Amino acid sequence: MRTIVFASRNTKEILRDVITLFFGLVFPLVIMVLLSAINSSIPKEAAEATTLFQIQNLAPGISVFGLSFISLFSAQLISKDRTTSFVLRLFTSPLKAFEFILGYTLPLVPMSIAQTAICYIAAIFFGLEVTPNILLAIVVNIPIALVFIALGLLAGTFLNEKAVGGICGALLTNLSAWFSNIWFDTSLVGGWFESLANAMPFAHAVNSARYVISGEYGKIMPELMWVIVYAVVLLALAITAFTMKMKRNK
Amino acid sequence: MYAIKTTNLTKKYKDKTAVNSLNLTVNKGELYALLGVNGAGKSTTIKMLSCLIPPTSGDALLLDNSIVSDSAKVKQLINVSPQETAVAEKLSVRENLELVARIYGADRKTAKSKVDDMIEKFDMHEIVNSRAKTLSGGWQRRLSIAMALISEPEILFLDEPTLGLDVLARRELWTVIEKLKGKITIILTTHYLEEAEALSDRIGIMAKGELKAENTAENLKRLADTDSFEEAFIRIAGEGVK
Ligand SMILES: Nc1ncnc2c1ncn2[C@@H]1O[C@H](COP(=O)(O)OP(=O)(O)OP(=O)(O)O)[C@@H](O)[C@H]1O
Ligand SMILES: [Mg+2]
Repeated sequence: MRTIVFASRNTKEILRDVITLFFGLVFPLVIMVLLSAINSSIPKEAAEATTLFQIQNLAPGISVFGLSFISLFSAQLISKDRTTSFVLRLFTSPLKAFEFILGYTLPLVPMSIAQTAICYIAAIFFGLEVTPNILLAIVVNIPIALVFIALGLLAGTFLNEKAVGGICGALLTNLSAWFSNIWFDTSLVGGWFESLANAMPFAHAVNSARYVISGEYGKIMPELMWVIVYAVVLLALAITAFTMKMKRNK
Repeated sequence: MYAIKTTNLTKKYKDKTAVNSLNLTVNKGELYALLGVNGAGKSTTIKMLSCLIPPTSGDALLLDNSIVSDSAKVKQLINVSPQETAVAEKLSVRENLELVARIYGADRKTAKSKVDDMIEKFDMHEIVNSRAKTLSGGWQRRLSIAMALISEPEILFLDEPTLGLDVLARRELWTVIEKLKGKITIILTTHYLEEAEALSDRIGIMAKGELKAENTAENLKRLADTDSFEEAFIRIAGEGVK
C-alpha cells in the first residue's frame, strides 16, 4: 500500500514535467516523421538499398531509442528528491528500502509500455502493417525498458541533478543511438565499434524487436537473452547501490 | 519510561566529532528545546534520533525502542520537519499532505479528513490546490511542518521550524505548538531564544557536540546567575566556544 502511494506520487511528478514528457514522447515521434519523410522522398533504388529507414525497421529502432529517455525520467526524479531533502522526510518515514525502489520503478514500467505502444501506433500511420506481431514487439521491449530504468536508478542514486542531465540526457541517449543499429548498421563500421555495440544491450534490443516485426521468431531469443541478462544484472546493481546509499546516507 | 533517553550518543565524521557522548532525557509530553550555536550538533542529534543517520557509538531509546536495533518501530512513532523545507514540488498542498498521511498508513478517507484538519489548523485554504513549488518560502515551511504533524506522531522533531516565517506566521505556529503541548513529545531546535523560553518545558544547550546544561529556562538563568535568558545562553554555550 505504502509503495503504491509513493509510486503514484512519482507518477505525478514525472507526468507533470512538460519538458521530459516532450523528450520522452514527442521527440521520438518527430524523428520518425522526419525519417519517414526522407525515406519516401529519396530515389527508389537508394531507398531499397538502405532498408534501415523503412518503417518495419525504423519503428522498432525508434521505440528502443525513445525508451532511453525513461532513464532521464527516473534519474532526474531521484536525484532531485535527494537534493531537495524531501528524501530525508521519506527516509524517516516507515517506507523501507525495497518499497522505495519499487515506488520509483513501478510507474516507469507502464509508462515505457505506453511509450512503445504510442510509437508503434504512430508507425501504423506511416505504413507499418498491422499484425499481432506489434503486440509481441511491445512485450519484447520490456527488458530493454528495465535496462534503462535500472540505469536511471543508478544515475539518480549517485549523480546530482546537473550531471544526470548530462549522463542520461546526452550520453545515454547517444550511446543508444550510435551503438544500436538504429540509424546505421554497426557491422558496416566493423572493428572495435561493432564489438562494442554487440557487447552493449541496445543493438540486441533493436534486433529482437525487428525480428518480432518481421516474424522471424526463431531469431528473437538469442538476441533478447543479452538484454534480459543486462536487465537482471543492472537492476540488482541499482537495488544494491540504492539500499547501501540509503543505509549510509552520506 | 522516558520519551527519549540517549546514552553516550556519538557521531563522528572522519576527523570531526559532531556529537560527543550525549546523555539527555526527555519526558513524555514534554517540549524540549535544543539550543546551541551554528555547528553545535543539534541537527546531527535530531538526524540520529530520527534514524536518518546511524550513531558512531552509543544508543538512544525512543519510548523504549532503540534507534539502532528497532528503527522500524521508531519510524512509526515519530515524524520530522527537517531544517531544510522538505516538500514534493510538483504536488499540490493537498497532495503533499495526503502523501504523508497515507505513507504512515492512513486509508484514503482518513487521510482526507486529516488533510482537512491540517488545512484548517494552518490556515491554508487559499493554497490547497497550488503546487508546492509556487508557494513562498514561508508557506512551504508551514506545509513542511504540517506534513510532520499529519501522521500524529508520538514524538515530533522540529528542526528550526520558524526559520523564514514572518512574525504573524511564527506566532500562529507557536499557537499550534502550544496546543500540542502535553499531548505529544516535541523536540525543537531554534536560534530564537525567546521562542525556546516561551514554548519549552526544558532546554538543553549544546556546544561543540556536547550537552553543556539541561534545565528549565528559569533554572538555567539562575545557574548562570543572570536575569536574561540570552545572557545565560551566551555564558553556557560560550564556555564551549572558548
Ligand atoms: N555529513 C557531514 N560530514 C561532515 N561533517 C558534518 C556532516 N554533517 C554535519 N557535520 C558537522 O557536524 C557539526 C554539527 O553540525 P549540525 O548540523 O548538527 O549543527 P547544528 O547545531 O544543527 O548547526 P546549525 O545551527 O547551523 O543548524 C558541524 O561542524 C558540521 O560541519
Ligand atoms: Mg541545524
